[in-house]
Amino acid sequence: METVIAYMPSILSGTWVTVMVSLCSVLLAVLLGLLGAWAKLSGSKVAGGVAAAYTTLIRGVPDLVLMLLLFYGGQQALNDLGEATGWWGYVEISQFTAGVFTIGFVFGAYMTETFRGAYLAIPRGQVEAAVACGMAPKLVFSRVVWPQLVRFALPSFGNNWLVLLKATALVSVLGLHELVWEAFTAGRSTRQLFTFFFVTLLIYLVLTAISDLGLRWLDRKYSAGVRRA
Amino acid sequence: MAEQEPSPGLLHAIQQFSEEASPIDFVLILEHWPLFLEGIWHTMVLVALALVVGGIISIPLAVIRANRTPILNPIVFGYVYVFRGTPLLVQLYLIYYGASQFEIIRDSFMWPILRDAWWCTIIAFVLNTAAYTTEIFRGAIEAVPHGEVEAAKSCGMSPNTINRRVVLPNALRRALPAYSNEVIFMLHGSVVASTVTIVDILGAGRILNSKYYLAYEGFIAAAILYMILVYFITRGFKVWEKHWHAHLRPREV
Repeated sequence: METVIAYMPSILSGTWVTVMVSLCSVLLAVLLGLLGAWAKLSGSKVAGGVAAAYTTLIRGVPDLVLMLLLFYGGQQALNDLGEATGWWGYVEISQFTAGVFTIGFVFGAYMTETFRGAYLAIPRGQVEAAVACGMAPKLVFSRVVWPQLVRFALPSFGNNWLVLLKATALVSVLGLHELVWEAFTAGRSTRQLFTFFFVTLLIYLVLTAISDLGLRWLDRKYSAGVRRA
Repeated sequence: MAEQEPSPGLLHAIQQFSEEASPIDFVLILEHWPLFLEGIWHTMVLVALALVVGGIISIPLAVIRANRTPILNPIVFGYVYVFRGTPLLVQLYLIYYGASQFEIIRDSFMWPILRDAWWCTIIAFVLNTAAYTTEIFRGAIEAVPHGEVEAAKSCGMSPNTINRRVVLPNALRRALPAYSNEVIFMLHGSVVASTVTIVDILGAGRILNSKYYLAYEGFIAAAILYMILVYFITRGFKVWEKHWHAHLRPREV
């Protein structure tokens, strides 16, 4: 117990890094998801094809493989390109960037399906009614489509967020000083790996519980006016 | 006519192209096919074993959850909550690195098992997938129409017979689409085995990369192999679904 308290500052700083990686990647994932959903719904063959290839690739390849590929391969590719063109010098991708980009990229594919499904759940007649009332396309989006898109997307978004939070543990393999890495280091130097991984487990459970509360609050906010059977 | 061997000049040219001009050295990957074959074998055995054992464990747990069996239900709920709420990587580390902290374990008959990366990975995977599968099966059991259970009851079936003859066959069939996702997630999740020294597909890729100090080759080969496996799993489940859901398909006119 005392050893855990002694190492608490580094464990907490690791927790903070985990939370930051998760928040940055979910932001990227939502942006990619909206873009992907738009591409799939746009009816354009090229955009739809690119989005379909994107989601198939992500469904096929595990996240850790993509992460290692981006961290090691992406760095070399950038440097080879920089050397060949002379546009930039030596660049280094940090573990944080590699982690955020891969996790954001992977979950962007899942978010694409989330937003596509949510958009299709909005009754077509409502958009038509709004247009008939003389609303401009922008106004239709902000007043009719967007609030309901959020409402319908929330349950699936919540699931994705919880999976994403756990996926950030993989960034420790790259050596980012996040929760799992800090616990590993502390546990190895004190020879109490079980204790520290158990604490890690508890911290993940707390993070999940807090997320649950937040998601419930969002759900209440966005389903104001919905009557439940 | 004698069989024509590809001229050594052509082979040499391919090799030279692969090493120098092509962005990835594909000849090097192909030369290491036994390594990747070993990786595929280990990944498939790990995932299949975890799914089978985890699936068998999860059926009684799902029945406990769905029936709200007193005393057992909160315990199963706690187990499922912990294993679904934490990363598989941490679960694996807890078992593999954590077990050695206790002298009681080190001195017991369990130690040869808990010292071995292979067994620890199997245990972690089984516990993880059983938790997820319990939730999938619980949902499916609760979705079984109540009328079917009532009909079975009025025929005089005992609760066990109802479960065995009516509820479970129906529920497991309905759970198939959700379960196919779990299989793919388990395959994706199995890459963490490579972090505890097991040579799975990703492990093979990492060995190739560190042996020749490469950045992409091993990972790209691994990515392609995983995609192929996912493709076959998806196809397999489609066939299986067609077979098991034959009565649910809309009738062709």
